[in-house]
Amino acid sequence: MLIARVIGEVVATHKHASHEGRKALLVQPLNLDGSNRGDALVALDSVDAGVGDRVLVSVEGFSAMTSVGRPMSPIDTAIIGIVDRVDLLPDALPAESH
Amino acid sequence: MLLGRVIGSVWSTVKNPALEGQRLLIVEPVTPELQPSGRPLICTDATRAAGAGELVYCCRGREASFPFLPAEVPADYSVVAIIDELRVKR
Repeated sequence: MLIARVIGEVVATHKHASHEGRKALLVQPLNLDGSNRGDALVALDSVDAGVGDRVLVSVEGFSAMTSVGRPMSPIDTAIIGIVDRVDLLPDALPAESH
Repeated sequence: MLLGRVIGSVWSTVKNPALEGQRLLIVEPVTPELQPSGRPLICTDATRAAGAGELVYCCRGREASFPFLPAEVPADYSVVAIIDELRVKR
């Protein structure tokens, strides 16, 4: 799983039936210091997340598709939680990111 | 899922029988700002309607073959949606 920021919404009319009725959101993976990490992904939403939320994202097929209730579907990324807080050891991040 | 733009297609005559009838699209990964990011991929098309120039998103891995069940299609990336609109608020 990884921590990401919801940065947008995806509107798609023509899509696989298993994606109907589920929000598709753009999520930007984050480093622990809050900076962007890699490319944004499209994730289906299982927790009613919205733009601006910091979320927990599963990037593995089985857990992603079962979390949105669509087993045996072409789903590999899902939002499975909204992050309230992250606790870290004070020395867990490089000094320049404090 | 991976955000991308369809930039072409692949035609293959000699292929695994399970790939018969499958469209093979070339998809270039893009950022939410629609800038190319990374190497193009060949994807099967679970929408059966995506065409060159369209913005899509793709599923990766074993799950990419699930739209075609019970046929066991050897796919590792599939286009699963054609995107009408992206509302990006960074």
